Amino acid sequence: MNQAMSAPMQESPLAGGHYNLRLYVAGQTPKSLTALANLKKICEEHLVGRYHIEVIDLLEHPQLAAGDQILAVPTLVRRLPEPLKRIIGNLSDMERVLVGLDLRPVTAP
Amino acid sequence: MSITASNSSAVAAPTAEAAQSLPKARTGITGLDEVTFGGLPAGRPTLVCGGPGCGKTLLATTFLVNGVVMFNEPGVFVSFEESSDDLIQNVVSLGYDLGALVAQKKIAIDFVRVERSEIEESGEYDLEGLFVRLDYAIKSVGAKRVVLDTLEVLFAGLGDTQILRAEIRRLFAWLKQRNVTALITAEQGSGTLTRFGIEEYVSDCVLLLDNRVSEQITTRRLRVVKYRGSAHGTNEYPFLIDAQGVSVLPVTSAGLAHVASDVVISTGIPGLNQMLGAGGFYRGTSILVSGTAGTGKTSLAAHFIEAVCARGERCLYFAFEESPAQIVRNMRSIGLDLQPRVDAGLLRFEAARPSLFGLEMHLARMYREIEEFAPAAVVLDPISALRGETGDVHSMLLRVIDLLKSRGITAFLTNLLSVEGMDQADAGMSSLMDTWLSLVQLESNGERNRGVYVLKSRGMNHSNQIREYQLTSQGVKLVDAYLGSSGVLTGSARIAQEMVDAASAVRRAQDKERKQRDIHRKRAALERQIEELRAELESEEEEARKSLLHDEELEKRLQAEKRAMAIQRGGTAP
Repeated sequence: MNQAMSAPMQESPLAGGHYNLRLYVAGQTPKSLTALANLKKICEEHLVGRYHIEVIDLLEHPQLAAGDQILAVPTLVRRLPEPLKRIIGNLSDMERVLVGLDLRPVTAP
Repeated sequence: MSITASNSSAVAAPTAEAAQSLPKARTGITGLDEVTFGGLPAGRPTLVCGGPGCGKTLLATTFLVNGVVMFNEPGVFVSFEESSDDLIQNVVSLGYDLGALVAQKKIAIDFVRVERSEIEESGEYDLEGLFVRLDYAIKSVGAKRVVLDTLEVLFAGLGDTQILRAEIRRLFAWLKQRNVTALITAEQGSGTLTRFGIEEYVSDCVLLLDNRVSEQITTRRLRVVKYRGSAHGTNEYPFLIDAQGVSVLPVTSAGLAHVASDVVISTGIPGLNQMLGAGGFYRGTSILVSGTAGTGKTSLAAHFIEAVCARGERCLYFAFEESPAQIVRNMRSIGLDLQPRVDAGLLRFEAARPSLFGLEMHLARMYREIEEFAPAAVVLDPISALRGETGDVHSMLLRVIDLLKSRGITAFLTNLLSVEGMDQADAGMSSLMDTWLSLVQLESNGERNRGVYVLKSRGMNHSNQIREYQLTSQGVKLVDAYLGSSGVLTGSARIAQEMVDAASAVRRAQDKERKQRDIHRKRAALERQIEELRAELESEEEEARKSLLHDEELEKRLQAEKRAMAIQRGGTAP
C-alpha cells in the first residue's frame, strides 16, 4: 500500500531530491508536539530515507526567528529542495502539508 | 467603535492634575506633546490611524528617533511593509540617520515579511514567532519604545482572522506587560478608524491623521480621538512633514491674556515716530501698513527691521511675494543694506509662495519658525497674498497675531490694497490691529505723491495729518507738511507754494530793511542841519562879542582923550 502510494509520487518531477526540513516551535507546547508527530508521520509515508528534520525551539534560539521570517509557530520550512516553502500550523491537515511540500499537485481540495 | 462614538470622550478643560496623573512618554514632536498634554501614555499602546500617505510611518519613526536622541529611550521598529533598507532610506529626507542609530544599537529594525502566496496553513498556530522576535529585539537594545507598522498587514497575509484577533489582543496585553510605549499604525477603514477594527484592542490612546485636499491644496491634520485618563486637545490640528521632520501646530487661539508692554520701539523713521504720539510702536503690538501698489510698504518694513536689528534683536521676515535676495537688493536702492543683519543672524527670511501650502500649513510653518528663531519682531509681507475664504484668512491671521502677542513679539504686517480702495479683508482686519498706517497716493497736478497717515494707533495720541514722504537713496524721508488754504499740498505743488512763500518772505525782509534805512537817513540829515545851525549861532555869537570889545576900546580911548584935553586947558584935573 505504502509502496503503491509512493511509487507514482517518486516519478513526479515535483518530488525529487533530498528534503531538508526545519520545524520552528516555541517550547514543548501541545501544538508543537502535535506538529512534530504529524511531520514525522508524513515524512515516513512519503519521503522515506530522503529527509532530514531539524527542530528549532525559538525560546532557546530567538535570534533565528528573523532569519527565516518566522511569524507563526509552529512553522515548517522546506529549505531544500528549492524554492523555500513555509507551512504554518500543527500540520493536522495532511492534504495541505502535501501541497505545501509539493508532494501533491495543487488541484487537490 | 465608530468615530462618532469615540468623539464623545472629548475632554473639557485641561487641568494640571490630569496632565500629571498619567505617566507620559514625550514624543519630542513639536506641538504633539502640547496637544496631548505631555505625550503618549507611557508603557501603553497608542494607535495611529489614517489613510494612505498620511504620514503614519513618518510620525512613528520620528517618535522612535526622538526617543533615542532626546530622551535616551532606545526603540524597536517592527516593519510589516517596508524592508529595513527602504525604511532607512525613506527618513533620510527628514534628516534622520536611522542607519547610524541601528549601528549604535539604539534602534533595532525587524522587517516581518508576510506573503500569503508563500505560506500554507495547516491546522492550529499562534503568533508566538512574532512575540519571540519582538522580545529578542526589545532585549537587544533595551527598548522602551516600540513601533508596529502596520500590524494589519497580517490580516492580508494570514487566513485565520479568529486566531489573528486573539493574538493581536494578546500582543497588546503583552506590550503593556513589558511596559513599553508602543505606537501601532493602521489604515483607516470606511466608517471605522481602522480597516480591521483593531482600535477595539487599543483603548488607551488613538490618534487620527488626515490628508485633505481643498482647492488643490493639501493640508495634513491630526486629531486625538481618544486618550483614556488624560485631558487632550480635541480639535483638528494641522501638521507638517518637511526637512525638519514632523511638527504639529496647536492652533487654538491663545485667548486675550497677554500682557501689554509700555516699551516703545522705533519705527525706524524719525518723522514717523513723531506722528505716533508715543514716539513709535508699542512693543508686542500688531501693526498693519496698507497701501496700493508701489507705495513703499516693504520699504517701511525694511526701516522697521533695521531698527529692530540695530537694537540687537532678532527679526523674522515671512515673504510671500519676493525672494530674500530680491528684497535685499531692492532695499539697497533706498540705502538700507539688510545683508549684514542676515549674516549676523539677526534677520531671517522665510520665503514661500502662498499657493505652496494651505493657510493652515503656512500657519504651522510660521509657528515652528517662530518657536525656533524666537524673534522680537515678525514681518508678514504681504498678508493680502494669502488666498482663501475671507473667513479662513481672518481666522488664520487672528491666530498668528494671538501667537505673536502671547509671546510679546511685535507683528508688522503689510497689506496690498486694490486701486479702488479698501478691501473687504482690510475691514475685517482692522479690529485685529493696534496700529494701522495707511499709505496713499495723492494724485494732483499730473503727478502722484506718496502720503502716509495714522489711521489708528491704540493707546497713543497720534497725529491726524497726512504727511508726504519720499523714497530717497537715504531711505524713507517724511517731508514737513504744508497746510495751505486748499488743504495739504504735495509734490511740486508744495514746492511751488514753498517758493511763493519764500519769495514773499524775502520781500517782507527787504521792505523792513529799506524802512530802517530811510529812518536812518532822515535822522542823519536832520542831525546835520542841527549841526549847521549850531555852527551859525556860534559864529554870530563870536561876531557880537568882537564888536562889543571894539566898542569898549573906543569908549576907553574917548575917555582918555577927554582927560588929556582937560589937562591941556586947565592944567589941573577937574
